Amino acid sequence: MVEPPHRRRAHTRTRDLERYAGLFAERTGVMRSSAMRDLMAITARPEVISLAGGLPDTSTFPAGTFAAQMTRIAQESTAEALQYGPTEGFEETVDCILEVMGAEGMLPDPDDVIVTTGGQQAIDLVSKTLVDPGDVVICEAPTYPGAVPVFCSYQAEVVQIDCDEDGMRIEELEAVLAGLDAEGRRPKFVYTVPSFQNPAGVTLSLERRRRLVELARQRELLVVEDNPYGLLRFSGDPLPPLYQLDGGDFVIYIGTFSKILSPGIRLGWAVAPPPVMEKIVLGKQAADLCTSTLTQHFVREYFAEGRWREYIADLIGIYHGRRDVMVGALREHFPAEATWTEPEGGLFIWATLPEYIDTGDLLAKALREDVAFVPGQAAYADESRGRNSMRLNFSGVGEDEIREGIRRIGAAVGEQVELYQALTGEYAQGSSHPGMPGREAEDMPGIDATKPSAGPGRYLTSPGPAEGPADHGEGGDVLPFRKESA
Amino acid sequence: MKVAVLKGGRSLERGVSLRSAARVEDALERLGHEAVAIDADGDLVRRLRDSSPDVAFVAMHGRGGEDGTAQELLEILGVPFTGPGVAACGRCMDKVAAKQVLRGAGVPTPDWFAFNETAFRELGAADALPTLGERLGFPLVVKPGRGGSALGVKFASSPAEVPAALVSAFSYDDRVLLERFVEGRELAVSVLGSEPLPIVEAIPADGDRYDFEARYEIGRTEFACPARLDDAAAEAVTTTALAAFEALGCSGFSRVDLILGAEGPQVLEVNAIPGLTDTSLLPQAAEAAGISFEELVERILELAPRPAAA
Repeated sequence: MVEPPHRRRAHTRTRDLERYAGLFAERTGVMRSSAMRDLMAITARPEVISLAGGLPDTSTFPAGTFAAQMTRIAQESTAEALQYGPTEGFEETVDCILEVMGAEGMLPDPDDVIVTTGGQQAIDLVSKTLVDPGDVVICEAPTYPGAVPVFCSYQAEVVQIDCDEDGMRIEELEAVLAGLDAEGRRPKFVYTVPSFQNPAGVTLSLERRRRLVELARQRELLVVEDNPYGLLRFSGDPLPPLYQLDGGDFVIYIGTFSKILSPGIRLGWAVAPPPVMEKIVLGKQAADLCTSTLTQHFVREYFAEGRWREYIADLIGIYHGRRDVMVGALREHFPAEATWTEPEGGLFIWATLPEYIDTGDLLAKALREDVAFVPGQAAYADESRGRNSMRLNFSGVGEDEIREGIRRIGAAVGEQVELYQALTGEYAQGSSHPGMPGREAEDMPGIDATKPSAGPGRYLTSPGPAEGPADHGEGGDVLPFRKESA
Repeated sequence: MKVAVLKGGRSLERGVSLRSAARVEDALERLGHEAVAIDADGDLVRRLRDSSPDVAFVAMHGRGGEDGTAQELLEILGVPFTGPGVAACGRCMDKVAAKQVLRGAGVPTPDWFAFNETAFRELGAADALPTLGERLGFPLVVKPGRGGSALGVKFASSPAEVPAALVSAFSYDDRVLLERFVEGRELAVSVLGSEPLPIVEAIPADGDRYDFEARYEIGRTEFACPARLDDAAAEAVTTTALAAFEALGCSGFSRVDLILGAEGPQVLEVNAIPGLTDTSLLPQAAEAAGISFEELVERILELAPRPAAA
């Protein structure tokens, strides 16, 4: 291919940087590139087994079907498919959305639906509509790593509520709400991925779903339900979405075709009560006028063929097998000190290691063995949390790679556990086991035997002020949801 | 001139290297040179042979490119290259070796102890940790023996935090050092040829420790160049930096990181091949000295040793 004409911009000089930096909006100060960006750059190397992605498997989508549908669009709707469309999306796209939501028992008013450029834009638009700088947004701990930068870009104060095997701990949510009440503050919304959560893989129990919806009604609190994976259930009984339980008064729903069809088409949606939707539509208009009409046509054709449920069933079969392989490999290769979730659907497993292991550093070690995962800190607004956890994706790579990838990570973890034991055998023994009297703690002044030993403070060639590492804060970050042992 | 730009590789600092190299390639083209970009992998030797460059610009950071490995290959192939030679790269990359050289040459560097993993796994070195903590005091700094940027560098404010910090540091290397924490101003002196460039001071944005992420992101750390120092302090810092550069046998260019505490400047480490990205310190220092990025690249090329016989 001939290289297209282009010019290379002159080098940015220090004063250019300063000049631009002087113009940056205040919110850019909190817009940070996602954590460990440079390390993640290495995960893209072809020899690396990446359990770090969040990719659905698109390799089984029938190429013939794709070709036939695109051809039909070209033959029958070229002009429309290449033209702008309505901001809210085509009615036909909304019909497809109603079908998908209907499959989970939801019955929204079509006028409450807007088609968005992926579910990600829906999160952005909802935040844009509701969040002023300093407003409180509540979400799970850990939360979807892609949501944190959105909330931060609107300068929200992000409060995270711990999860256990039944999802967000609603009692803790109530306590946080009461605390905010006492300060005269009201959160703008509670963001949750209730089914097969990204990254934790856990599902909010029915009882908690009911309680959350009840809380929302009592307190007139908005809940943003992000449900990309609800239809990807391998085992257990389906649970009603919050939207269905609430009827759409206090629950704003976010859906996407990314995980049930294709992330490349960038089609998602939001469902909200009319006054909220009105603002979301205006926000969408300002952002990008309308969602791709070409891909909306593709979805229309795809749903007209009527095989979408079969395709999901195929995906479920594939992912189910891969999850089983990953869980089996974790049992075989992870040390006894590790715990992990065993999701009934979705794409992710969340593994938690002893607190003295920093998964950011572990990633560096793992990358030497050509395997990658997402360090847990990415799922927290406060980057000192989640440091001993990791997100493992089982949808994007084949079973053999999963097995080998987990084996390699397990070996690296095993070495760290062994080393830590060697290190603590005679030294600071009590520190990592709160409650156990540490011999050294008595001998050496200054040891706080109950303090977590993991030092999250990072520092470079020379430290700043002589202060200790950031406090762990809430303590029991995400507690292991389910202990699986061999 | 045909210049091979070596970049990437398997180092953890691959991303930074790619950004450094992109700027260098661009500058080379502006200067009228022919730039041949080579992502260092199993094909490195073949590609160097095929392209037969006049000189190689090594824009790699971290292991493989900054530790003398790539330089050794270039020597074997007889290709002149930019920056320090094999031995100097090897010494700078290994923080323990570098500190030993510095101390031997009378260049101040904070006290330290170094251990390899075997010491802990097989020789019961853990028993020595309390003594060592007493000797260095708290807080102390735990660093991987080799590796660039701030990856794996931890700060232990009490004995209880040392084991986890060691586990982290050992994720990057099988040797680690525990170093006395010195409170003071963070300074960097880049050396071009044998000339020191203006001193850069890194001032962490409020509350933020100057860490790996902040290092490469605009707005996370403020840099003052030239650093606001009185003449005597600036002189002491520059002299110390040059002494470190020479003691380690650096040539071409390098960057010396120091801390200026109550006891005067102390050298923390020397980066044999410092970053050349938009936010890197060497280009900033050069600019403060009135040297544009193109001029900087040209000077670095000129400093690459030519073969003895043409």
